[in-house]
Amino acid sequence: MATTPNSFRTGPDERGHFGIFGGRYVAETLMPLILELEQAYDTAKADPQFQGELKYLLTQYGGRPSPLYYAERLTRHLGGAKIYLKREELNHTGSHKINNVLGQVLLAKRMGKTRVIAETGAGQHGVATATACALFDIPCVVFMGAVDVERQAPNVARMNMLGAEVRAVKAGAATLKDAMNEAMRDWVATCETTFYCIGTVAGPHPYPSMVRDFQCVIGEEVRKQMMEAEGRLPDTLVACIGGGSNAMGLFHPFLDDPGVRIVGVEAGGKGLDTGEHAASLLGGRPGVLHGNLTYLLQDKEGQITEAHSISAGLDYPGIGPEHSWLKEQGRAEYVSATDDEALEAFQRMCKLEGIIPALESAHAIAHVIKLAPTLPKDNLLVVNLSGRGDKDVPQVAQRLGMKI
Amino acid sequence: MSRITKRFAALKADKRAGLVTYVTAGDPDPALSYQILKGLPAAGADLIELGMPFTDPMADGPSIQLAGQRALKAGITVDATFDMVRRFRKETGDNDTPILLMGYYNLVYQRGVERFCKEAAQAGVDGFILVDLPPEEADQLKPYAAAVGIDTVLLTAPTTDDKRLPAVLKYASGFVYFVSVLGITGTKSASEEAVRTHVERIKRHTSLPVGVGFGIKTPDQAAAVARHADAAVVGSAIVDRVKAGLDEKGIAKPDLVPGVFAYVKALADGVRGVRKV
Repeated sequence: MATTPNSFRTGPDERGHFGIFGGRYVAETLMPLILELEQAYDTAKADPQFQGELKYLLTQYGGRPSPLYYAERLTRHLGGAKIYLKREELNHTGSHKINNVLGQVLLAKRMGKTRVIAETGAGQHGVATATACALFDIPCVVFMGAVDVERQAPNVARMNMLGAEVRAVKAGAATLKDAMNEAMRDWVATCETTFYCIGTVAGPHPYPSMVRDFQCVIGEEVRKQMMEAEGRLPDTLVACIGGGSNAMGLFHPFLDDPGVRIVGVEAGGKGLDTGEHAASLLGGRPGVLHGNLTYLLQDKEGQITEAHSISAGLDYPGIGPEHSWLKEQGRAEYVSATDDEALEAFQRMCKLEGIIPALESAHAIAHVIKLAPTLPKDNLLVVNLSGRGDKDVPQVAQRLGMKI
Repeated sequence: MSRITKRFAALKADKRAGLVTYVTAGDPDPALSYQILKGLPAAGADLIELGMPFTDPMADGPSIQLAGQRALKAGITVDATFDMVRRFRKETGDNDTPILLMGYYNLVYQRGVERFCKEAAQAGVDGFILVDLPPEEADQLKPYAAAVGIDTVLLTAPTTDDKRLPAVLKYASGFVYFVSVLGITGTKSASEEAVRTHVERIKRHTSLPVGVGFGIKTPDQAAAVARHADAAVVGSAIVDRVKAGLDEKGIAKPDLVPGVFAYVKALADGVRGVRKV
């Protein structure tokens, strides 16, 4: 792009495009329903009653605001930037996912939908959706890759306890991408009564901007909390990226503050040069999947290739279209952390701060471990601790050869 | 006049509806797939849809998903798909049966839309049906397809109401494809009454022929659709015949190709048995 826009926060356009990215690439059957959703969301967004209800739920039920915690030991250990953790893992259900889900399920109720479906990778979005559906008394079906059902067993049990039906998807690599295919197939058959609660800033318009709006509470709180703590804005923001919702929620409120450096961390799997990774921005190119045009892992012809990551929540060959746009605009930097680096960061976080992070969030920490020592001590760095790692305990214990 | 338009004019003159058959390119392997393509007109297909396999066919049910997997495993590519069409035109001398490519937009996008359209036209392709390219995004394709004389067949669904239909029709040419059920391919079937109502409704908005597909599995169902629509589209049920022709190791049995043709003939008999006024 030749020119820098006046603002990075005005997208998407009325057709759901961020530059060339985004859009609405869905079957005609769904298109009228997507337009209906867009209209319903626009109305709800401007309705003080909807916003009031959502705020009440986020506060009284979700536990917001989440703390912005100065990680003193981690800071001292790394010897550079002053590190703050945005404690999204303290939210009800254990991750940032609840922010979005409460918004969408509230909207589903408002639209008179009688059933909610969702896809999930690590199970965090599935658990959050099952939770909100229990609260609102709406039947809920969660699609989850069979491999993820296996590696995230605690979350499957949680969803079942909350009354949701978990459908294990065996197609393809049986991970998040396949779960999303299956959710879309269900939706096309049931769209008149069913609300599809997408868990990240991807999918057809209006999902990327709607989910972003619901997640922006993260960055808005950080702005306020950092002003209170330090009297100024942060210098550096770091978050992990699968589809990119926790990152977008942190980044978006700061996009027009040129002094704030923004870094997204993709899942580098076994290493970018091995081809076994989930870094769509670093290792992919633009294409169309799951309703939007965005960076994808794909072969020469355009067949989608399998992602790989130790973290089920990042194990996806695409990314939200607004991240693709921010990358092309140069407003955000995108880097990666490998499985091993994430595992190392996971353990460091446990021992230094007494916090067991989700493997997803451990990717962000892994980059902070590299980045913080290169920054001056007065550099205020915020890393989004998007989820807690309880769900990963069996998997990590096994990787580390611990008996449980 | 495009091959598609000519074919529908000929069907009208014949006072009957057409049979549109879908097969997945490269299923179960490129050689057999070509044998099937070559013989479809003789078996009774009036128009042919050739599916381009995609790793993530979100609008397809299990039958077409599996067909795509078989074809990808056997090495099908976009070039090989164009070659099939080119060979068909050259070897059979059939210059009348329209061939439409059906699939997902990413394969078109990756090749470059303009280049894809040109190469498809050179190979002898007559139309595109891109499942995930609704009118909201269709302006990316339409000018390039139109420039090389390729029709863009857009889908309408039971959810496409009267208010929205003109937006769909704006980009449609050749014929209008009515997806008769809410859902993916090869699952539910629509009632004859529902087909009639929707076809009449669509025809109030356009003079284009209307083809009806999704969920047509038997010659009787094809005949029922033929009573109201200009064409009946059958896909999953034909692809299931390919699968039935494979042994448990996935090796083709000798009756695979004849089995597909026998089934297509039964469908064609069903469609042709309906006389139109």
